[in-house]
Amino acid sequence: MRILRAIFGHGSGRIGGVIVGVYLLIAILGLVGLTPHNPITQFRVDRLHAPNGAYWMGTDLFGRDVASRLMAGIGQSFTVAFFSVAFATLAGTVLGLAAAWLGRRWDGVVMRIMDVLLAFPAILLALLIVTVAGPGTWTSVVAIGIVYTPIFTRVVRGPALSLKAREFVDAARTFGSSSSYIVTRHLLLNLVAPLTVQVTLALAWALLTEAGLSFLGLGTQPPAASLGLMLSDSRNLMETAPWLMIFPGLTIMISILGFNLLGDALRDILDPRMRRVPA
Amino acid sequence: MNYLMRRLATFPLVLLGVSILVFVAIRMVPGDSITAMLGTEAGLLTPAQRDSLAAYFGIDQPWFIQYWRWIGGILHGNFGISVTYGRPVLDVILERFPLTLELALLSMIIALAVGMPAGIYAATHNEKPSDLGVRIVAMIGQSTPSFVLGLLIIYALSAGFGVLPAMGEFAPLWQDPLRNLSQLILPAITLGFAFAASVTRISRSAMLDVLSDDYVRTARSKGASARSVIWRHALPNALIPVVTLSGIEFGYLLGGAVIVEQIYALPGLGRMVLDAILQRDYALVQGAVLFIAFNFMIVNLLVDLAYVALDPRIRLGEQ
Repeated sequence: MRILRAIFGHGSGRIGGVIVGVYLLIAILGLVGLTPHNPITQFRVDRLHAPNGAYWMGTDLFGRDVASRLMAGIGQSFTVAFFSVAFATLAGTVLGLAAAWLGRRWDGVVMRIMDVLLAFPAILLALLIVTVAGPGTWTSVVAIGIVYTPIFTRVVRGPALSLKAREFVDAARTFGSSSSYIVTRHLLLNLVAPLTVQVTLALAWALLTEAGLSFLGLGTQPPAASLGLMLSDSRNLMETAPWLMIFPGLTIMISILGFNLLGDALRDILDPRMRRVPA
Repeated sequence: MNYLMRRLATFPLVLLGVSILVFVAIRMVPGDSITAMLGTEAGLLTPAQRDSLAAYFGIDQPWFIQYWRWIGGILHGNFGISVTYGRPVLDVILERFPLTLELALLSMIIALAVGMPAGIYAATHNEKPSDLGVRIVAMIGQSTPSFVLGLLIIYALSAGFGVLPAMGEFAPLWQDPLRNLSQLILPAITLGFAFAASVTRISRSAMLDVLSDDYVRTARSKGASARSVIWRHALPNALIPVVTLSGIEFGYLLGGAVIVEQIYALPGLGRMVLDAILQRDYALVQGAVLFIAFNFMIVNLLVDLAYVALDPRIRLGEQ
């Protein structure tokens, strides 16, 4: 509650929070199928209709309702973004804590593996993983998750290392607290703030990467709706049916803007000076 | 050991890891080089033909021998043969690389030329309406995916002026500089926009940080002019994060801007990798990914070196 109040007291947090909230609502509506029309039904007589009362954002080449497809697409993109960021957060936190807590050889091994993953530009690594596993929604989740795991590992390991050296951890040890208790209770709880900021920003990147992969035809497969795919399909019809491009384009942009604004606000609120410790 | 030495020492190790990862990843793809080359016709091969093709591709050997041969070849400049182009992989890569390099450089120039002055301006006008304006534009810029901006630019050009960006046969810089520039300027703006937004944001916050430092206050109280404080005292230190960010971003761009190359139909490295993936040209994918990762690592290493040169605290081993 306190954090919500803080977000809404923060200029960009308010805007970001509202945007993200509205998108979440649309995503849920899109996922449960509460859309104006069925997103994959083809109203053949109404092909390429400009926006009007029946089709708020027009129809596409196959006579499908753009607004409904956008809602389904937002649901799709958010599903991929949330699961992939959850994957990266979980894997990164476990690896980062393990590296920091176990130290020495473990630290070296984990961080070198992360260096290897970081040696690839993000979209290239995602492309490589999709090549191996074949395109699809869940492949995108895993690919984007793996791409962002090293970032979370670093975000966790740095502060965990400095927390580990703090007096209260020594004190807990002297009391005879178990390692698992110290790691979850003292380290993890203190890492919630930087992790929250990182999760919000990672959601923005994940949305971007998901849209990029589907734009290239390697993410969500047709006939399912996805924002990147809709944008990619709009290219040949740009002049006759600009609404096919403008609505998905703005939808992607505003969603990323929302998460960026929210992430920035959270950083200001939770973590005025997020220090990055080189690996 | 200081930071730099450690960084240099792990470089070969990470490169080895990268090569193993690329190799293993490609081996995990269903189907082998024979099916990739012949498709469904591979099923018509007699066992003897299959064996001799397997021997030709070297895939009859255990994986570590295959890996060894691949790495050995690369060390001799032999990345294998691309099935789709019927030419050595390295030739194909090097043919595409100049465009990618030029595009990355142009985007970076645009980003720095726009982003740094904007960031410094915003920092020196902190909390004024003009600062807010710069920040809003930068935030929107950072949230605009390159493919959205690229499509919008093309749409605006075709709908507003009835022109299309110069596409068609790509003209290399040294053959027809003007035509080359006219082909690359829009893609460079498309990539440079979000890049400039990041540069603006980071130079603004770095400048604000530095401007509140004690030594800047000292310089001010000694009576240094506002201009001298900003340019001589504050800017050099504010540059550190800007250098890091632009370096990393440049490294990304050297990997090829897959989506922007796709939108503007440019024959760069990114689109080549994408096509190679779609056509299952694994020798090319493998070679190109290794090439890109290597460049990316080199650029990151250079960024770290620059960082060390700009910030003596790191050079002396402090973290």
